Amino acid sequence: MSQPNDDAPTIRPADTDLVLEVEDLVKHFPVREGLIFKRQTGAVQAVDGVSFQLRRGETLGIVGESGCGKSTLAKLLMRLEEPDSGSVRFRGEDFLAMRGEALRHMRRKIQIIFQDPYTSLNPRMSVGDIVAEPFKLHPEAKPAQGVRNRVKELLDVVGLDPDHINRYPHQFSGGQRQRIGIARGLALNPDVIICDEPVSALDVSVQAQVMNLLKDLQDEFGMSYIFIAHDLSVVRHISDRLAVMYLGRLAELGTDDELYGAPAHPYTQALLSAVPVPDPTLRGQRDEIVLKGDPPNPANPPSGCRFRTRCWKATDICATDEPELIVRTGVTQQVACHHAEPNKAVAAEDR
Amino acid sequence: MTTAPQPTTPAQGDGDFTSTGPLLEVKDLHVEFHTKQGVAQAINGLNFTLEAGETLAILGESGSGKSVTAQTIMGILDMPPGHIAGGEIRYRGQDLLAMKPEQRRRLRGVNISMIFQDALSSLNPVLPVGWQIAEMFRVHQKMRRRPARQRAIELMKRVGIPAAEQRVGDYAHQFSGGMRQRIMIAMAIALDPDVLIADEPTTALDVTVQAQVMRLLKELQTENNMGLILITHDLGVVADVADKIAVMYAGRVMEAADVYEIYARPGHPYTKGLLESLPRIDAAGERLNAIPGLPPSLTDMPSGCPFSPRCPYATDLCRNEMPELLPIVGEHTSACHYREEMHRGHLQTPEEAQA
Repeated sequence: MSQPNDDAPTIRPADTDLVLEVEDLVKHFPVREGLIFKRQTGAVQAVDGVSFQLRRGETLGIVGESGCGKSTLAKLLMRLEEPDSGSVRFRGEDFLAMRGEALRHMRRKIQIIFQDPYTSLNPRMSVGDIVAEPFKLHPEAKPAQGVRNRVKELLDVVGLDPDHINRYPHQFSGGQRQRIGIARGLALNPDVIICDEPVSALDVSVQAQVMNLLKDLQDEFGMSYIFIAHDLSVVRHISDRLAVMYLGRLAELGTDDELYGAPAHPYTQALLSAVPVPDPTLRGQRDEIVLKGDPPNPANPPSGCRFRTRCWKATDICATDEPELIVRTGVTQQVACHHAEPNKAVAAEDR
Repeated sequence: MTTAPQPTTPAQGDGDFTSTGPLLEVKDLHVEFHTKQGVAQAINGLNFTLEAGETLAILGESGSGKSVTAQTIMGILDMPPGHIAGGEIRYRGQDLLAMKPEQRRRLRGVNISMIFQDALSSLNPVLPVGWQIAEMFRVHQKMRRRPARQRAIELMKRVGIPAAEQRVGDYAHQFSGGMRQRIMIAMAIALDPDVLIADEPTTALDVTVQAQVMRLLKELQTENNMGLILITHDLGVVADVADKIAVMYAGRVMEAADVYEIYARPGHPYTKGLLESLPRIDAAGERLNAIPGLPPSLTDMPSGCPFSPRCPYATDLCRNEMPELLPIVGEHTSACHYREEMHRGHLQTPEEAQA
């Protein structure tokens, strides 16, 4: 685990496995009011100081409820949005400082798969053109065996019939469309694929197929995933490490075993306990924490700890001091809570 | 967990209702859609019953016909392209499909009520939510504005909306997703319906809010002794709240049973496949057992059992002959030729049988 260490040199040659290092990333969206003279009256603090690392071949799950900033984080990592401050290092190089050709080159290495397979594919383009488009934008990456052959190969890899290369998106089902999106994401052999809710629009039986495919592709090509989702059961199956996000900040960060086995942040505990388990014999026996209320407005987050307004453990210190994301006593993962305490009762294993 | 039929009198509305028999009974319902590609058979011979105080979960993937079922019972199916090709829907013994439109309208919202998935698009954006809730009383009970508004505030309090007096004049967009869903619930239960149909009531909500809303629904059901039809694709939610389950696939019920029975001993390969393909939070297994293939197109149904192209156990019998929904033990029914072997856990795939 990465521990804050002030003496560490900025370049760590031993850590060649590190693909992505994100530090203190901040993105605020201004809120403007007024009809003619727009003045800024506030800011939606979508991402507010997020740090994590991603290793080669690893899957980092990012979970959180709607509005917690997880999709904004994905856009920042793709540089589809420019952050206000913070740093993103890709294989040791400063990704945010890159411009022009260097940036274009780097974009090949980070690809994204979107949530909605119905709107993320151009309905007027054939499947072949959709999957070949990355080669159009990056002609230097054109495959030696010819684009069309490579596209057919990619379709085969994601489990689609290569003969369907001339079909259009509407001729495919939701699961198949998601496979087209995955083939497009794979085209340039990226090092990192950001999956933004890739299976939440799919039916259960198809969802399992796509999850298995993502897992197989990772085993075969060794890329890293950032897997963004709201469904904790789905994330559990694919991720090695997990980050829990709440109102633009990370509440807890650790390995799967740590977070599912002994969640220490009250929010993680509540999230875990709220996931319904498909077993009626456990009805009424589960330790359920039902949170009161809704997440607060990200334009006006509570002082101190952002979770304190819904937290049953909150005390005075939570309103004044913002808890840092550090390793707390009694646990091995990083927790941003003054009252962090592992709760085995809601842990996923013991259900 | 099945509740005995309770001889209760109908809440409101008029009509000649018998007091015995099930609260709601759907018999051999067929619904078709006439499309350019041909006739899509959305529902092919649906049967189920619902008693007062009971929760029936209709479980299915997209295209299985579960929402069409809800719309047909409510009488809000778009016709055309929809067309009810046959069957009966009996509410307290009376066939809803044989009623005059005027008579049905008096039942809708009063005796049979519905909650929709997407509260934001189901609420009127240009009317205050309090006005919309009060409308139930003004229209159906000819109540005056002021007392109707008072009832609306009471209902908003009952469904857990904080500061109801202040918020009664707010509009839908001023509420969060969970609060909007609570307003929908308030409207649906305003007139104490006997039957409440909830079509994916928590799908659009976050997990922590989902738990709150499900808990509220369950409380209200017990309080008012409603029959609840919960339409969902979420096997987790179903396990928490349902008394019995009907699993739908391609417009048919594939299996129906008590909730404990169906999770412990599924009697249909589709149910078993669904349960196995589900990522579970209490198991960190690496690979999921996905069901191969895709649900059939409703305009181009396979012959025989509609699940046979995806079923690992399928034989020639399955590909040629549609199995009927028949009992295995007691109330547990399954539409599989090999339901008994399946239920005992003895069913082998053709490859296993040969080996």
